[in-house]
Amino acid sequence: MTPAGAGQASGASLAELADILLLRSGVNAANVLLGATLLGCAAGLVGAFALLRKRSLMTDALAHATLPGICAAFLIADSVGLAAKSLPILLAGAAATGVLGVLAVQLIVGRTRVREDAAIGIVLSVFFGAGVVLLSAIPRLTPTPSGGLNSFIYGQAAALQRGEVVLIGAIGAGVLGATALLLKPLALVSFNDAFAQSLGWPVRWIDLALMALVVLVTIAGLQSVGLIMIVALLIIPPAAARFWTDRLWRMLLASAVIGGLSGYAGATLSAAAPNKPAGAVIVLTAGALFGASMLLAPRRGVAAEGLRRLALHLRVAGDHMLEALHDAAPDHPRGLPLAALARARGLSALHARPVLAVLRARALVSRSGGLFVLTARGRAEGARVSRNHRLWAEYLVTHAEVARTHVDWSADQVEHVLSEELVAALEQSIHSRGGTRLPGATP
Amino acid sequence: MSRTREDAPARGAGGGIAPAQARSVLDARPEHSADNPLSVHAMTVAYQRKPVLWDVDFDAPAGSLVAIVGPNGAGKSTFIKACLELIPRASGRVEFWGEPYRRARRRIGYVPQRESVDWDFPVSALDVAAMGRYGMIGWFRPVSRAHKRAALGCLERVGLGALAHRQISQLSGGQQQRVFLARALAQEADLYFMDEPFAGVDAATERAIVDLLRQLRSQGKTVICVHHDLQTVGEYFDHVLLLNMRVVAAGPAAATLTNENLQKTYGGRLTLLAEASEAVARAERGP
Repeated sequence: MTPAGAGQASGASLAELADILLLRSGVNAANVLLGATLLGCAAGLVGAFALLRKRSLMTDALAHATLPGICAAFLIADSVGLAAKSLPILLAGAAATGVLGVLAVQLIVGRTRVREDAAIGIVLSVFFGAGVVLLSAIPRLTPTPSGGLNSFIYGQAAALQRGEVVLIGAIGAGVLGATALLLKPLALVSFNDAFAQSLGWPVRWIDLALMALVVLVTIAGLQSVGLIMIVALLIIPPAAARFWTDRLWRMLLASAVIGGLSGYAGATLSAAAPNKPAGAVIVLTAGALFGASMLLAPRRGVAAEGLRRLALHLRVAGDHMLEALHDAAPDHPRGLPLAALARARGLSALHARPVLAVLRARALVSRSGGLFVLTARGRAEGARVSRNHRLWAEYLVTHAEVARTHVDWSADQVEHVLSEELVAALEQSIHSRGGTRLPGATP
Repeated sequence: MSRTREDAPARGAGGGIAPAQARSVLDARPEHSADNPLSVHAMTVAYQRKPVLWDVDFDAPAGSLVAIVGPNGAGKSTFIKACLELIPRASGRVEFWGEPYRRARRRIGYVPQRESVDWDFPVSALDVAAMGRYGMIGWFRPVSRAHKRAALGCLERVGLGALAHRQISQLSGGQQQRVFLARALAQEADLYFMDEPFAGVDAATERAIVDLLRQLRSQGKTVICVHHDLQTVGEYFDHVLLLNMRVVAAGPAAATLTNENLQKTYGGRLTLLAEASEAVARAERGP
């Protein structure tokens, strides 16, 4: 292929992608997009409460437990002469065994000493196993073609029909309305169930309502995302949303948006590259959004946290350098070389170099002829840190009866964080016990 | 009015008492009055059928600060939770101003242990304080501006007005405890149950809580606190309930906090009581 040809091909597929993104490429693709987006929003919203109520894993047991219900519903409907593959019948069966699975977990936890995580693992795998056995037995039990039942396991968004999208849409709208209505009860029970109960609120019923919403979202997502991966759509968006905000309603909104985006983008990508299972792509999209949130979110994100830690580390190490230079000044008026400074604080030269660079940038330290020396501002700062160190050491010795030989490490930690008020209180306290008055006391 | 009880004869845990009989027993107690904010009669509480509190009788006088004191595992939190029907009672009766909890709920506030919730929950101090108003607001209506103002007022009373919009995980332990107190204040109750409000708080918070308790008392309210610090219990509280699986003693603080009573409370369980509890639990588990 010539480079020009390659360019053309990618240009064409970009245009195609744009068509799909803008709902222009046929009724069915639009159905899929709409359905996946609505599903993502609803799952994000309900999943947020499941996460806050610490029931996220329970939703996984629920989802896996739907498989035997789908198969049983197919068999029962077939034996009584109904259209066995009608979606409402299959979803009703799914909901029934899904709820049964949740009840089984609660029964095991309530009546035995098996812990919840183990109970979830047991129920999840046993129900799923039962479903797989049923699925493989169906062709021998009935001549009715059962092809397509196994698509509920991994999902098949591309096959969504208009009626099914309407169903998902109705469920999504219902879930949205119910969550909005139950916002206060759900929030209160999730935060502090004992307090909610003391107010006379029926905690069990509120929990049941939340589980019912999870059931609805799960069966709505069976077709497109599949029962193995629907749990991701319930957990990942709220977990990602939590990174961005500390307010409940913003978290709910962000979770719905992230869920919707995942559904939308996942369905688009899988439409552009046919034969890719949409469910997996939706989940991977959600995963990518989670990764981005985890890394980049301000304040709670990993990067922000790392930067904060680095800044603190540089400040602490810088304070130590200033202290070392200050304490060495009488013997070394012309300053110290890098190696000696690093050695004084137990740092490698590689480590000490950036610390000193920051101090020079802050005009606390200057360098002449390979020797580092404090500037006027650096001398004041070094004196302050050094004094804080000795104050705290003195306090530990006089008030906490710590041996003088043991106080250095803790003083190294504390000297950076003493506020002016604390310093004043320390001076007062040490003085009143007849401790040594340190020079340079604040008047 | 101090009342010291020996090991009470154990009534059948599941049996319950006929109401008529119970009333006559209750009326015979000099400290009992239908006006008392809290009146507990013959309450036995069991976890998984293992009794942890036996036959508790207790009356809290109106307008008093009551401390529940006892060693670990004495059933202090259990006492509060059973009164509030957060855990089931095996037997016995609890009345608030002569009425069952269900009818008196609006007049009762609750401060759970601080460790009982996840403080990383995405809400602000004001949101938590406003939860105290939820009983008045109802299920479906949003929190009105008036209720928010009331909640803010409660935060100001515990000295947290400036931190109202801070997320609760960014508060210190003592501040979190005060948020819980503000939420209880927002309930505008007449009787408060507080589960270890002084546990692990800083000196400033301890002073703030003591001031608050005294304010509540001067308004005629009753506060029942689980309290751990024997050094301060006599100073902070008027009444004391000494608990160790059963009521050891109850009454005015000065008269009740005798060496003999404390010795009885902390000097070890009544061995037979503990053994009987174990036996009940064993019978349930099977051989």
